[in-house]
Amino acid sequence: MAKKLIDLVDITKSYGDKVILDNLNLYLNENRFLTILGPSGCGKTTTLRILGGFETPDKGRVIFEGEDITMLPPNERQVNTVFQKYALFTHMNIEENIAFGLKIKNKSKSYIRDKVKYALKLVNLDGYEKRMPDSLSGGQQQRIAIARAIVNEPRVLLLDEPLGALDLKLRQDMQYELIRLKNELGITFVYVTHDQEEALTMSDTIVVMNQGYIQQIGTPEDIYNEPQNAFVADFIGESNIIGSTMIEDRLVEILGTRFECVDEGFGNDQPVDVVIRPEDIVLTDPAKGIIKGRVTSAIFKGVHYEMEVQANGFEWLVHSTVLKEPGSEVGIWVDPFNIQIMHKPESEDEEQEHVEEL
Amino acid sequence: MVRKRAVDALSKSYLAISLILLYLPILILIISSFNASPRNKAVWGGFSLEGYGRLFQNDMIMQALGTTLALAAGAAFVSTVLGTMACIGMLGMKKRARTWVMGVTNIPMLNADIVTGVALMLLFSRFVDLSFLTMLIAHITLIIPYVVLCVQPKVMHMNMSTYEAALDLGASPGYAFWKVVLPELMPGVVAGFMLSFTMSLDDFSVTYFTKAPGIHTMSTMINAEYRKGIQTELYALSTIVFLLVLLVLFLMNRKAWLRMKKINNRKGDS
Amino acid sequence: MKSLGKRLLAGPYLIWMLLFTIVPLLLLVYNAFTTADGSFTVANVAAILDPVNGKPFLRSIGMSVIVTVICLVLSFPLALILRKYSSSKNSFIVLVFILPMWMNFMLRTLAWRLILLNNGLLNHILTSVGLGEVHLMNTIWAVILGTVYDYLPFMVLPIYNALAKIDDDVIHAAQDLGAGQMTILRRIIIPLSVPGIVSGITMVMVPSVSEFVIASMLGGGKVYLIGNVIEQAFNSGYADIHAGSGLSLSLMVLILISMVIYRIFEGEEGESSLW
Repeated sequence: MAKKLIDLVDITKSYGDKVILDNLNLYLNENRFLTILGPSGCGKTTTLRILGGFETPDKGRVIFEGEDITMLPPNERQVNTVFQKYALFTHMNIEENIAFGLKIKNKSKSYIRDKVKYALKLVNLDGYEKRMPDSLSGGQQQRIAIARAIVNEPRVLLLDEPLGALDLKLRQDMQYELIRLKNELGITFVYVTHDQEEALTMSDTIVVMNQGYIQQIGTPEDIYNEPQNAFVADFIGESNIIGSTMIEDRLVEILGTRFECVDEGFGNDQPVDVVIRPEDIVLTDPAKGIIKGRVTSAIFKGVHYEMEVQANGFEWLVHSTVLKEPGSEVGIWVDPFNIQIMHKPESEDEEQEHVEEL
Repeated sequence: MVRKRAVDALSKSYLAISLILLYLPILILIISSFNASPRNKAVWGGFSLEGYGRLFQNDMIMQALGTTLALAAGAAFVSTVLGTMACIGMLGMKKRARTWVMGVTNIPMLNADIVTGVALMLLFSRFVDLSFLTMLIAHITLIIPYVVLCVQPKVMHMNMSTYEAALDLGASPGYAFWKVVLPELMPGVVAGFMLSFTMSLDDFSVTYFTKAPGIHTMSTMINAEYRKGIQTELYALSTIVFLLVLLVLFLMNRKAWLRMKKINNRKGDS
Repeated sequence: MKSLGKRLLAGPYLIWMLLFTIVPLLLLVYNAFTTADGSFTVANVAAILDPVNGKPFLRSIGMSVIVTVICLVLSFPLALILRKYSSSKNSFIVLVFILPMWMNFMLRTLAWRLILLNNGLLNHILTSVGLGEVHLMNTIWAVILGTVYDYLPFMVLPIYNALAKIDDDVIHAAQDLGAGQMTILRRIIIPLSVPGIVSGITMVMVPSVSEFVIASMLGGGKVYLIGNVIEQAFNSGYADIHAGSGLSLSLMVLILISMVIYRIFEGEEGESSLW
């Protein structure tokens, strides 16, 4: 059973009259890879900085293993941070950078030497002790920043969009690297990013945030397959979001046609949002589909074709490995299990905000 | 928390004391410029604008003021043009050659002003008569390194692709230079001009050794005359200079303030 | 970039520097090593060892060291505080510190005369609160005070610029790794501000070692520095440009040597970053 490590209780933070975090509650378990995901300005970095001790919340408490550390300065926390732009000490060589925290803790010379060696091995940069930070590539500097943090054996490692400045290939390599590191070290990683693919690849748990509120917490599968609202559905991957009516349990009317589904408990004749992922739509012969449509465009994307299908006055986005030529008549069929029903947003405003944010 | 507040209070007082000490002499000059007591400067002899009246009637001061401004403007202009050209020219040089040029640039900066002044005097007195022109040349020599120092980093960090993009879009090299390159360098060029202008205004040593007889700048005039009973005029002049500086600062900052407000309004967290 | 970076553009500048920087210095060297009738001598340069010149020379060095140390001690905390209260968007407070620099330095020195004269403001205040008079005027201390006042901004600005370049996250990182305030200052902030300190020291020390006009305005002819000696050699009744050149050369060589030692001592070339 996972143990609760850090608990954020009723955290509120604002700058001037701009509220960044509004009554946020979140806890972290031991030995987890937790990702806070959201668009810029959603409050994810602020949350991380509160965990690191660089910001104090206006209201609320940070509990670390039952102890209130809200006011504890960063240098007294068992938490280390990997900064966005690495923040390496440019006047020190790699060894001095990594040894910085250990020297402050008055560790012995031999202990420090071994630790530095171990950390460099861990990030695949053995032999770099005497190099200066400026002589390393972005990816290497990033690894050093990670090594510098983990030699201190923190209970939690905070990572603030650490891969943002790297190119695609390097970023993908580093993603696997980070998963491996986390498993080897057995500590909790809190990772902040706006990149949904990164979040889905690495995380045990994803926290989706927007406008200072947590939108959904769950495993990558949960978040992807069962988004709780239109914002999450839209932010994570591509999707068809359609305003529909829940006729009764297990039956929804989408664009005038009734579809079977598996959701219950939304009431009868209630307005809802339906999410259908593009890869969950099956294009069939017109006769076999639930509704009929016409393909308006098809683009080859490598793994699949991306097609748009006009049906019942809606442009359906479809991903499929089987090409249907533009102009051809098709049927649309969806497995009831793949139709995700969500409550409508509370107000028109809220929906508006989500759209703006994207 | 308590300690943090104490540190905060301490640093604010340090800042305040520094500012007071920095501005106190200027404040005293300003007050003295209105002092009617002619002999004892420390005693308030009543308010008077006499100093200002005499200042504007004093041809010597007015001429020195004119010479100083003409010299500074001329020297700053020439050195900005030459210095900017040199920085762009350095782009085409190999690293080694560039290091040499920067080395030569550093000479007048690292040399004592008095030595620069003396050396220039030796040159001038050997070949020509000292005149306004020799003063101008001396000032340009003194301040040109500052222009290079301001513009060079801007040139080195310039985004080359904007110039290439301009050429790609059909601009001639000359047009691309005026419309794309120069605007990008402008902050450095303006800073260079301002700094060199200030340096010229403030110079005493170099002017002192290279000046023609009968021509004074503010600095040499003060040096020659400050004991001779024109103090109140000089205080009045200080006051006017200070107010002018304040005015320039205000005008420069009004724009900056407005821009800052805009940025602040748009600012969010990250 | 080839078509833009025409080396020829640097031509006028290089010619200028050759004509008005290199040639005059060569001329200075020539004069320093010759007598009035053109024969070679080392007497002009060796004259620096004569106590008549040597004493002012040592006095100048001593004074400039004191001035530089005072400026450094005053400036570092000030630059730290300025960094704290200003941001890249709001450099107003920094501007306030530059402002007095835009006043003619002779006028600023004149202000100190007004304060320090025996019947000046300082003594007026001191006597009126019942303390005795101080006679600072015409002493080396008055000259030091005036010089510190004039050159302080040249120390504050480069240090401030170096400090302003330090990313907040670098300081946060040090904090995150367990460093307290003192450790951060000692291990991060001071080492990273070395380039600024280097150029600050250079910019204060060089002009103050050759200072002569502040010495004559606040020292009243009683504080005799090497700058005054050189000035006298060129501009008095017994002008001797060869003797003057010799002393100037000595001064220049001193500055040059100390600069080289200083730079070697500091390791790599410190970027001079005044603005």
